[in-house]
Amino acid sequence: MSGTSTLAAPRRRRARLGWNTLGLLVFVTAGFPLYWMLNTAFKPAKDAIDPDPSLLPTGLTLSNFRRALDIADFWGSAGRSLVVSLSVVAIGMVVGMLAALAISRFAFRGRKVVIVGILAVQMVPLVAMIIPVFLLLNDLKQYDKLTGLIITYLTFILPFTVWMLRGFIVNIPRELEEAAMVDGCSRTGAFVRVVFPLLAPGLVATSVYGFIQAWNEYLYALMLLSQERQTATVWLANFTTKHGTEYAPMMAGATMMAVPIVVLFLLVQRKMAAGLTAGAVKG
Amino acid sequence: MSAADTTTPAKVPPPRPAPPPAVPGRPRGQRTSGRAATPWLLLAPCLLVLTLVMAYPLARLVTLSFQKFGQSQLWGFQPAEWVGFANFAGVLGDGEFWAVVLRTIVFAVGCVAFTMVVGMAIALLLQRVSAWLKVLINIVLVASWGMPVIVATTVFKWLFDSDYGVFNALLSRLPGVEMVGHNWFASGPEGLAVIMLLVVWGAVPFVAITLGAGLTQVPKELEEAARLDGAGAWGVFRHVTLPVLKPIIVMLTTLSVIWDMGVFPQVFVMRGGHPEAEFQVLNTYSYDRAFVVNDYAQGSAIALVTVGLLLGVVAVYMRQMLKIGEVE
Repeated sequence: MSGTSTLAAPRRRRARLGWNTLGLLVFVTAGFPLYWMLNTAFKPAKDAIDPDPSLLPTGLTLSNFRRALDIADFWGSAGRSLVVSLSVVAIGMVVGMLAALAISRFAFRGRKVVIVGILAVQMVPLVAMIIPVFLLLNDLKQYDKLTGLIITYLTFILPFTVWMLRGFIVNIPRELEEAAMVDGCSRTGAFVRVVFPLLAPGLVATSVYGFIQAWNEYLYALMLLSQERQTATVWLANFTTKHGTEYAPMMAGATMMAVPIVVLFLLVQRKMAAGLTAGAVKG
Repeated sequence: MSAADTTTPAKVPPPRPAPPPAVPGRPRGQRTSGRAATPWLLLAPCLLVLTLVMAYPLARLVTLSFQKFGQSQLWGFQPAEWVGFANFAGVLGDGEFWAVVLRTIVFAVGCVAFTMVVGMAIALLLQRVSAWLKVLINIVLVASWGMPVIVATTVFKWLFDSDYGVFNALLSRLPGVEMVGHNWFASGPEGLAVIMLLVVWGAVPFVAITLGAGLTQVPKELEEAARLDGAGAWGVFRHVTLPVLKPIIVMLTTLSVIWDMGVFPQVFVMRGGHPEAEFQVLNTYSYDRAFVVNDYAQGSAIALVTVGLLLGVVAVYMRQMLKIGEVE
């Protein structure tokens, strides 16, 4: 037994070396777009328009960021994005949590229909809805209003929130609530004192994820707001001036958009990834 | 009777009189179901919002596709006129529409196939590399997964820029290759290949990480047994790993099909808001009909056809999700 393992060891080490080489290749390929965005954002603008660019950083400057902030109203756009995303998340969380409680803690006639319905509306492509939504907001005089955009964003934030929170709630044992109720808590009291604290991490993760989705939305923001009221994604996508596209400031803008979102995403990714396919192995 | 009732000890003390019961007149032993109205009250705000922002627009989408609805109807100069199936007939009878359908399907199938194969390969690779490298790859995967689509699209636009894009510069370093100045978006297939790369780059992390989580659940004993029975690496993968992962794979594939058939911003932003004819996929085509040609009715008809095309895939996804729901 020991003989085979000493013989196998160098072979295994060589195999490991091969896998690691392949792994490094994956690392470099997958990470390159990110690296190049940061590299371009911080390099002097004249080095960015080099037909044979140096792959290593050529110097560190913030002038691209200054230029990006100049090109159009970044802070206004970011502010509007923030208002819209936070409002959508706040409304979505309250409304969504009530609905999630209903379908995860109550047995009632029609429960299955509601669950199927909520799953189904998640599948309707947003792009298909843009025409009637545009006409609806036009009729309601909500075109080019942040409130109109907030209501519209609930189309994708709300079903997703309900579904995610449902997943978190069903993982909290009912027995805990029942014990609290046996000890004299009302149903609401049991929820507030027992379920809510346990649900808090799930609520935070779902809010952050919802915030990211709302922040990243592009099509509705483009269609339902005029240029003076554009949000951050539209700001970035329209990054062309009359002199053409200035790529270095555009990458600076991309960096400003991406870094906070990627950091938020890193914080909640683990919790959310499970939600989309929760228990698929069990199924 | 739900599972929770059976776990309550048989000798439950009689309900205490002191705290007023949350639900007055609650029937005995029904604490998990509550009064029939409570869940509906909790659901009411959600259903109300969804009716306003989903059900109404969806209904309007259907009615629109049977009407004549253009600029003058939008401004209210003319009432919308019912035209029966004329919009559908117009769309389905148009050769360009079928070209778009074919392009969309080829594009989506390519995206999904590459995403699944590369995702699976990376998931398997992650099991075999050293721990430090695994951490590094995971960070890059999660970071690129978290990149906003618009940001990723602008970055790829820059990578593939014809004059100063780093991709052309790198290719030109190969001996005998001169690619600087090559415009990747001059032809539809080449441009869509770049867009496919963008979509796959963004989609692989989710697939790889989810499959990686699934791989940890493959029983080691099963793999061991298969190996003892003489199965090679491929045999173990084919007959042990794949069957165990099948539910996850079905879920990921259906989700990817739904997402990749619905690609919009990648094409739209990559082409500067005006995709050329050879870049049109179903979603941009529907948008184009509605907001560029100002034929909202025909745009709606195209959107409906798109939803119809996806229904089969959605059904598979939903069945899988509901199967999980029943386990709880």
